[in-house]
Amino acid sequence: MAGIDHAPPPFFKRGPAPLALLTFYVAASVALFVVDLRFKSLDFLRQSVALVIDPVQRVAQTPGSLVDIAHGYFEGIALLRDENAELKHAKLNSAPDLQRLAHLEVENERLRRLLAVRDRERAQGQVAQILYTARDPFARRIVVDKGQQAGIVAGQPAIDENGVVGQVTRVYPFSAEVTLITDKNQAVPVQVVRSGLRSVAFGLGNGQLEMKYMPANADVQEGDTLVTSGLDGIYLPGFPVARVVKVERDSAYSFARIYCQPVAAVENFGEVMILDRRENLPPPPPEEASRATAESEKSGLRPAKRRAARGTP
Amino acid sequence: MQPTFSSSRILLPVRPWYIALTFVVALLLNLVPTAPWPGVPDWLALVLCFWSVREFRRVGMGWAFLCGLLMDVADGAVLGQHSLAYVLLAFAASALSRRILWFPLAQQALQILPLLLLCQIIQGAVRLAAGADFPGWGYFVGPLIAAPLWIPATFVLLLPQFQPVERDDNRPI
Repeated sequence: MAGIDHAPPPFFKRGPAPLALLTFYVAASVALFVVDLRFKSLDFLRQSVALVIDPVQRVAQTPGSLVDIAHGYFEGIALLRDENAELKHAKLNSAPDLQRLAHLEVENERLRRLLAVRDRERAQGQVAQILYTARDPFARRIVVDKGQQAGIVAGQPAIDENGVVGQVTRVYPFSAEVTLITDKNQAVPVQVVRSGLRSVAFGLGNGQLEMKYMPANADVQEGDTLVTSGLDGIYLPGFPVARVVKVERDSAYSFARIYCQPVAAVENFGEVMILDRRENLPPPPPEEASRATAESEKSGLRPAKRRAARGTP
Repeated sequence: MQPTFSSSRILLPVRPWYIALTFVVALLLNLVPTAPWPGVPDWLALVLCFWSVREFRRVGMGWAFLCGLLMDVADGAVLGQHSLAYVLLAFAASALSRRILWFPLAQQALQILPLLLLCQIIQGAVRLAAGADFPGWGYFVGPLIAAPLWIPATFVLLLPQFQPVERDDNRPI
């Protein structure tokens, strides 16, 4: 009987005191927290735990994806027919451009060679399915279904059919985490298409972006389109990022406040394309000796910053 | 042990595999992609809190730490965020267990609410200290919904321990 054979509570062997255990575990948690945040050197631990938790995660997603499939199935033929007609129209509309694209690319290449300009980099990548939004409410991230096994590395940019979505920040064996451009810690070097002005767009954490440190008289208008400038060595130049929705010029501040709305369907589900890493950029010009040593000292403290400065995350 | 102190029913001893099973199910529920909806309770915290109150000799801070680590990785949060909160939750729950079990179920739920809320506040505080954005008040709604769930959770989690109501004279207890 299960009722009889359990041992009486041990009176003398009780293990460590609860307070001692609490101290130990709290210290361990805080140590993990600090090491993960400051030095980012726990990737191995994270990946091994992820390997354990990945099957559980797949099982947990099954009902949701089944509902999605059923929804898609019952949504019916009418929608599909509409979409099909629309796509055919769009295809026909873009046919004249597309048919001449190959010709134009060859011509462009030849002209660039005549001008002795470096060849334009080609964008290549692999399509990945968005699995779910990461549960962490403090950041804006999505999880996609391709990981180390598919050759994804941290730092690759992700785009959808409209523009830039974000950047791969963590890679697990079978999945990867993409930090959206609207995340508070994410910045994208951008260029205003109309005026050619270069700047950096920072995520605000509420679904918008802000162009920071632009002088109050900067030539930016509402409705301007921002594209990647390609200066960072991560994003290829020319991908649409955001559209300016509001410009506040207050003479009390030396900077204008420029709010932008992402062009890509950043917060929606669907598929993204994860672009391959860019070819190596030419090395930066050598710096002065004194500044270089100061830089290396500083970078010795902050490996993440140094990586960012090199442009190879 | 009785379900509550007013009850005259005596429970069977808990089976370790059942505790493990409930933890796995809670983890599974936690991993269902529910990020778009606010106020989804943290099932793992609820189950952990339950077993820390009921069986603090078996389920303690070691389990809490492990569960926290799993949740950190699954959420993509900073490592140590959930572990810290869960360890403190398990400690507080086991320290208060004698007192909490004295009350009827509804009042137990009231006593659990501050513990779950504290668990959430600790996580928010460490992330804010690390420079994250305030996630909005919806973040703190989860415990308010989880605390009333203490009553059904008690029945579900104690289910294998209830004895049959009609007595069998061949059974010793």
